[in-house]
Amino acid sequence: MPLSPKAAVKEVQEFSYLVAKAFASVFRRPYYVRDILTQMDLIGVGSLSVIILTGFFTGAVLTLQTSKTLSTFGAVGLIGQLVALSLVRELGPVLASLMVAGRVGSGIASELGSMLVTEQINAMRALGTDPIKKLVVPRILATVAMLPVLTIVADSTGIIGGLTIAVFVLRISSNLYLSRAWDGLSYMDLFGGLLKPLVFGAIVSVVGCRCGLRTYGGTQGVGRSTTQAVVASSIMILVFNLILTRIILVYTR
Amino acid sequence: MTTLEPVIEIKDVVKFYGGNAPVLDGVSFRVFRGETKIIIGASGSGKSTILKLILGLDKPDEGQIFIQGEDITKLNEQELVRVRQKIGMVFQESALFDSLTVRENVAYRLHERGEDEEEIEAKVRQSLGFVGLEDAIEKFPSELSGGMKRRVAIARALIGQPEIMLYDEPTAGLDPITSRKINELIIALRDIHAVTGVFVTHRMRDAFTLATEYATNGDQQIHFHHENNFVCIANTRFLMFRDGKIVFEGPDEVLRRSEDEYIKRFLA
Repeated sequence: MPLSPKAAVKEVQEFSYLVAKAFASVFRRPYYVRDILTQMDLIGVGSLSVIILTGFFTGAVLTLQTSKTLSTFGAVGLIGQLVALSLVRELGPVLASLMVAGRVGSGIASELGSMLVTEQINAMRALGTDPIKKLVVPRILATVAMLPVLTIVADSTGIIGGLTIAVFVLRISSNLYLSRAWDGLSYMDLFGGLLKPLVFGAIVSVVGCRCGLRTYGGTQGVGRSTTQAVVASSIMILVFNLILTRIILVYTR
Repeated sequence: MTTLEPVIEIKDVVKFYGGNAPVLDGVSFRVFRGETKIIIGASGSGKSTILKLILGLDKPDEGQIFIQGEDITKLNEQELVRVRQKIGMVFQESALFDSLTVRENVAYRLHERGEDEEEIEAKVRQSLGFVGLEDAIEKFPSELSGGMKRRVAIARALIGQPEIMLYDEPTAGLDPITSRKINELIIALRDIHAVTGVFVTHRMRDAFTLATEYATNGDQQIHFHHENNFVCIANTRFLMFRDGKIVFEGPDEVLRRSEDEYIKRFLA
């Protein structure tokens, strides 16, 4: 259902209010450290397998696809550099974030949505707990902390995936592949590649929490919120990736 | 605060939830210490909304709500936490936390206050003992029946020894035997522990049980008695809501004798 301009402005206002309230809550007692660690485990460790598989196969396919083009210029030896740069700068952060949006963002929206429609959020408030502090802040902190780690895992397994194809299919020595990959990367590439997942982590978690906390209409509403969380955070990741890439390129020229 | 001052006072409360018609339209009433106010009315008449306003979960568009003399409509979320410590609420569908065991659910309020673990354990067992569910302490809400969930919800609401209890249709969808057990718990809280209560329901059988029975404590056991020919022993008054307005306020004896067509139809 399309949003009316008034509803869209209200949504932006509510979203900003949630972000501001969550940010203010980070510095106020009580600190739910145990909840943060639990969420880090669920989000970080729980997403490892899907991130490893995504990274590995993306690196492998990237190597296969680009090797053909590079071979026309006799530059297959540069494949390590190309794969490493593509993964660290773009594919690693974006793909890891999209996978986390699908797995974690949907989970956050459905969990908070279910809690809302079954009045557990109201019960929490009735028992003297601020749901923003107890539910929203730990999820945001955990996602922001774990997504850069997952991106490093995606980058690493992507390079290993590329190495596997390079060695066993393209018959390039592993030393050449790895040295090209290593030499091709600068610290600014690594900085940019780790800045993005920090922003994307905030997007995935805040959108997930907002969609969950605006759930209405019972269990059907929970399903709707879950879908909205994945779609909205995925699109925002792609839009912010363009903006961040432009900023990073301007400042690292 | 003197004993003659109301524990809960609702003054000219108006509440809108979108649309032109208010959910509550100029509602005023008072609940005194140890009294249970039974709010009856059809679905959508504003019964549950008034409980949310008393607890500060929502704010009225107009009017004031006083809890022990303090106007809570002016308080922010942080300040409301202090007021909510005095109030226990039993939600319609129990609203137990799915991911926590019965022990953790009941202990939730005390954990949030950072109380000592040994003390928490003792209080949890005492509270679960009151609702007769000590054996279910390790279970998760998904392993409990509907009636057991409501009783755990009562135990959770009771844990901080609140002076006020709010019940949002606590017997809805339950069989007569389980409903009876829950009604007895509410009567015992009212008569033995002098807890002030607001009980929202549209089940007249439960409402009249609360209004006609009273509890006494003797031989280390709670006994329940019927008023029989004595009137108004049970410290309970009725409020009837219709389209966001109060159309009746008084004891069950007067309610039963009412000549109002709507009330007669409702009681039929």
